[in-house]
Amino acid sequence: MLARLFRGGTREIFDFPGGIHPPEHKSESNTTPILPGPLPSQLILPLNMHIGAPARPLVQVGDKVLKGQHLAEGNGAVSAPVHAPTSGTVVAIGPRPIQHPSGMDAPCLVLEPDGEDRWGDRAPLDDPFALSPGELLERIAEAGIVGLGGAGFPTSVKVSLGDHQRVRELIVNGVECEPFITADDRLMRERAADIVQGIQVLQYLLNPERTLLGIEDNKPEAAAALRAAAVGADIDVRVVPTKYPSGGEKQLIQLLTGKEVGSGGLPIQVGVVCQNVGTAYALKRALFDGEPLISRITTVTGDAVARPGNYEVLLGTPVAELLQHAGVDKTRLQRLVLGGPMMGFTLHNPAIPLVKTSNCLIAASTDLLPEPEPEQACIRCGACADACPASLLPQQLYWYAKNDDLERAQQQNLMDCIECGACAYVCPSHIPLVQYYRYAKGEIRIQAAERAKADRARERFEARQARVEKEQAEKEARRRARQQANRAPAAAGDNAAALKQASLDASKAYKAAVKAAKEAENRGDPDLTRYQAEVEKRKTAADQAKAAVRDAGKAAPPSTDTHPKAEADLKKQVADASAAYKNALREAKAALAEEREDAATLQSRAETLKAEADRLKAALRDARAGQPASAPTAAPDPVEALKKAVAEASSAYKAAVKATKEAEQNEADDAARLRAEADRLKAKADELKQQLRDAKAAAPATPKAAPSPAAAAAPTTTEPAGAGGQASASDEEAAKQQKRLNALKTAYKMAHKQYKEAHSALDRARRDGAVDLAAMEARVEKLKSKADHTRDALDALMDETKASLLAHTGKDLKTLKLDAARAETALRDKSDELKRLRDTADEDTLKRLTSELGTLEHDAHLARRALKQALEEHGLTEE
Amino acid sequence: MALINASSPHTRGPVDTGMVMRQVIYATLPGLAILTLLFGIGTLLNVVWAILVAVLCEAAMLRARGRPIALYLRDGSAVVTAVLLALALPPTAPWWLTFIGVAFAIIVAKQLYGGLGMNPFNPAMVGYVLLLISFPVAMTNWVGGAPYRTPDVLESVFQFLGHGALDGLSGATPLDTFRTFAGNADALDRMIVLHGRWAGLGWEWVNLAFLLGGLYLLFRRVIGWHIPLAFLAGLALPALIAWQIDPLRYADPLFHLFSGGTMLGAFFIATDPVSAATSSRGRLIYGALIGILIWVIRTYGGYPDAVAFSVLLLNLAAPFIDYYTRPRTYGHERAKRGAGS
Ligand code: SF4
Ligand code: SF4
Repeated sequence: MLARLFRGGTREIFDFPGGIHPPEHKSESNTTPILPGPLPSQLILPLNMHIGAPARPLVQVGDKVLKGQHLAEGNGAVSAPVHAPTSGTVVAIGPRPIQHPSGMDAPCLVLEPDGEDRWGDRAPLDDPFALSPGELLERIAEAGIVGLGGAGFPTSVKVSLGDHQRVRELIVNGVECEPFITADDRLMRERAADIVQGIQVLQYLLNPERTLLGIEDNKPEAAAALRAAAVGADIDVRVVPTKYPSGGEKQLIQLLTGKEVGSGGLPIQVGVVCQNVGTAYALKRALFDGEPLISRITTVTGDAVARPGNYEVLLGTPVAELLQHAGVDKTRLQRLVLGGPMMGFTLHNPAIPLVKTSNCLIAASTDLLPEPEPEQACIRCGACADACPASLLPQQLYWYAKNDDLERAQQQNLMDCIECGACAYVCPSHIPLVQYYRYAKGEIRIQAAERAKADRARERFEARQARVEKEQAEKEARRRARQQANRAPAAAGDNAAALKQASLDASKAYKAAVKAAKEAENRGDPDLTRYQAEVEKRKTAADQAKAAVRDAGKAAPPSTDTHPKAEADLKKQVADASAAYKNALREAKAALAEEREDAATLQSRAETLKAEADRLKAALRDARAGQPASAPTAAPDPVEALKKAVAEASSAYKAAVKATKEAEQNEADDAARLRAEADRLKAKADELKQQLRDAKAAAPATPKAAPSPAAAAAPTTTEPAGAGGQASASDEEAAKQQKRLNALKTAYKMAHKQYKEAHSALDRARRDGAVDLAAMEARVEKLKSKADHTRDALDALMDETKASLLAHTGKDLKTLKLDAARAETALRDKSDELKRLRDTADEDTLKRLTSELGTLEHDAHLARRALKQALEEHGLTEE
Repeated sequence: MALINASSPHTRGPVDTGMVMRQVIYATLPGLAILTLLFGIGTLLNVVWAILVAVLCEAAMLRARGRPIALYLRDGSAVVTAVLLALALPPTAPWWLTFIGVAFAIIVAKQLYGGLGMNPFNPAMVGYVLLLISFPVAMTNWVGGAPYRTPDVLESVFQFLGHGALDGLSGATPLDTFRTFAGNADALDRMIVLHGRWAGLGWEWVNLAFLLGGLYLLFRRVIGWHIPLAFLAGLALPALIAWQIDPLRYADPLFHLFSGGTMLGAFFIATDPVSAATSSRGRLIYGALIGILIWVIRTYGGYPDAVAFSVLLLNLAAPFIDYYTRPRTYGHERAKRGAGS
């Protein structure tokens, strides 16, 4: 690295690109010691003060609770409980406004303090290190500790490592780079020893090779206090130059280690775990003192409060009461920011409560934080790119976001933007860049969610298709079996023939089941084990039938010595299921860390998988306990055996690849050897796969009714027969049109939003009885007319586009929509019919219906696609 | 309480586009002063006139495009375009010449492309090239400056109004002179205009003044160092090499650096952010290529100076340069080569 600064020989600090130096405004609040916050008349405790699933209430309205008592328990793998910040009565459980950019309400517990502040049971630990890491983690989770510096990710989850995860650096974040905020600064100055104790707990849990504590050079007192407290502890206090956003997790990692976290990855993947000093302090309180997380230190600052400083506030304290406590001057209060000035959110409802992540409250007049100036044209000056810590090109991102060109925006790594606001801070044209990025990211997430939804719907359909097929086969087998049973007393020769037929049917059913299971596996169906169990059952039946055929010949009893095999199978299933669960959990964690939309889904999937794994474990236990399993030995099916071999070989290959990668990363000497090994394994896996394919080809094909969407050509609504040159010209035209449409749409959305914001501000002003409303009214009017204007233009362009669509496809939008709707209705009717007839109709009818269903599904698919294409091509997304 | 509802960040840096543009205008003042001192008040008249035309054209176009006039005029970019173009014109330029150039620059090169930030070419240079191609005589007619007489105020005003050629006052610029007599040692020696203190007579002072203004812009961080430095190096290096080889046919680097529009181009024109490359690496390449092109055209081309042509050519190439110099995003192994602008 070029940008490497040396400080005091061993103290090595790297640099990160970009960054800015806004005025610090720290001295307003960091000169006085931490003061206790107010005891409000009501505490409003959101059930979701963290990232992850909301907590589940354990109390009811009217319950009297003691300080520190559990009010709500964590709900699922990534969640955190809520405790009573003081003693009192639960007076309500229900939605209340909370800190959320969209001003949403969320479920909260409302607690009325009794003023006695009586503690419930506390269980302080004299020596937490006597506990096992697992027990400690449990206690940390119980104490409701979440990351206090940032998004509020549950700490117990963040510090529980996977099997192969090794922590090289534990980084403790005491940087506090945002202007105005001094909560960590004061905490480090006054309670350094406690922080060090908390860090030692982290060290015990994570066993890092080294522990680095980063702190900006504008906090010399805090650094000195920590150095003094860290004497004898294995903590390296490193002072980094003041530069925003050096306290961003990724930037701090880069500053202290020179490592970069891969795009979309987590710090642990480069061997780093980051924790905030406030979190370390909370850990200390939770373990050594037995106090759960019920308060935090919040900076109150700005020129509209008389007593700026740091307050130790009870969680759930309404913002208004804290402001009152700090001596707010309401006539000066024009902007209220929760969080720092660079990344915080403006509040317009001071009734909302402070939560675990609320580190700062800025009550400012427009002298301190002036109104945003009107946005001017981007002059491509590049100041934003120079300031961006992620080395993005903000001006390009802005350009694409503004034109709704989400694909290009993603190509320019929009998703790597940390929304630090450095670019918007330096932009001379006052462009609210971050607002554009948030908007575009939101759109991208919505699109991804929709795609996922569509995929799931398709999977469901296919799964049902497979089920129908399987059920049919089963029924057929049953029917034959019945027939055979009826005919059993008949002549022996007859019997043998019937048995043979039954055996054939049974093996057909078995193969269908195998196929269904395989498809499920490819799909990653969570019910995979069910399919696998089904396969086992079919196999048993088939084997029994085969045996019966043999017996009929030899009259020998079938062997039933099956115990060990069943158990081995179960064991494997258990292992698979728990691996799947772990995977899902990891995924869910990552999703949560990124605040992805699908996090909740992933989490619930993880839950399902866990339940499945548990069930299987129980089954295994039962099997071991001696309950006879019913699976007889199977004559080893070559396909099955091969499949297993393939699976084993490919997992061996994957493991080898992973090992190779790791080795390469560490520049280990044996990387070459490992790579050769991986190659060999791959060759083997390939060979086995080929064998499997051959074997399958040799085996008889099972009947297949599922439609293949690719089977039929799709000429329904493509371009009219025109000359090629014309077509491409009109394509270009369409692309241009679409671009224009998108740009207009964004413009309209932005204009509308601004208008709405202004309007609600005006309403509020009216309610609050402000006098001088003329200027605001004028602004609202102006914004409204601008929005209307854009809307008109948009409508005109839409009409034009629809007309051109009509000319282009020969069908207008309505026809296309009708087509799609018709096809889907037909599909639904048919599948209802199939459902109705499934148990009564004969086989042929069912088969016919199934294949008809397939055709209809295909038609519906085509119609939908044509519609979607038309919409996309012409930029007319459905409103 | 009527609280402001706004997106983060809630605080903004002190830099403002209007302010940037004002700084650029201040920085041209030394150059303007020297030009006036050496060549009469023709340039001054033209600058004022150009500003007037530019603001009117901009306002009319904004109105036609339905944009808020006051807001966009406040960014000052039209004034900057006007000033830079007027500074590049000969002091003898009559009012109509300036009018055509400025109007074309604002209406066609800027507003028809979508206004500030959307124009792929530097508007001032587009206007300049249009004039150079359409009115080559008027555009190469320089007056005054040693060894000739500096026109007085009245003469300049007449000239500006389009009356009367200033016979006996007109002459060629040092660049032009050198090109005409390159290789002829005798003639080169006799041309007084080529023998200033360290470069062409008079012009060395003009360039020095623009250099000063440019350093001011650098100091105020209005422009970055990448483009000017690369520009000057790109011009000086080939000049140095060629001059070492044959000083009679090739002018020395100092002469190149302090003649014609070099300093104006390096600090004021090539640095126009809208039409330049965006990343630091891209800007180094961009600047260097302009410098090299200027030397090539000055030495082998048919025009006496080449700043305008070179800048426009590189404006054309800027998207490509951007495409190949995208920075590597944090957390990515290598830079993606995506669509440029
Ligand atoms: S800082 Fe603003 S004006 Fe400059 S390039 Fe970035 S977005 Fe455009
Ligand atoms: S907000 Fe995003 S684009 Fe802007 S500087 Fe920060 S990381 Fe870069």
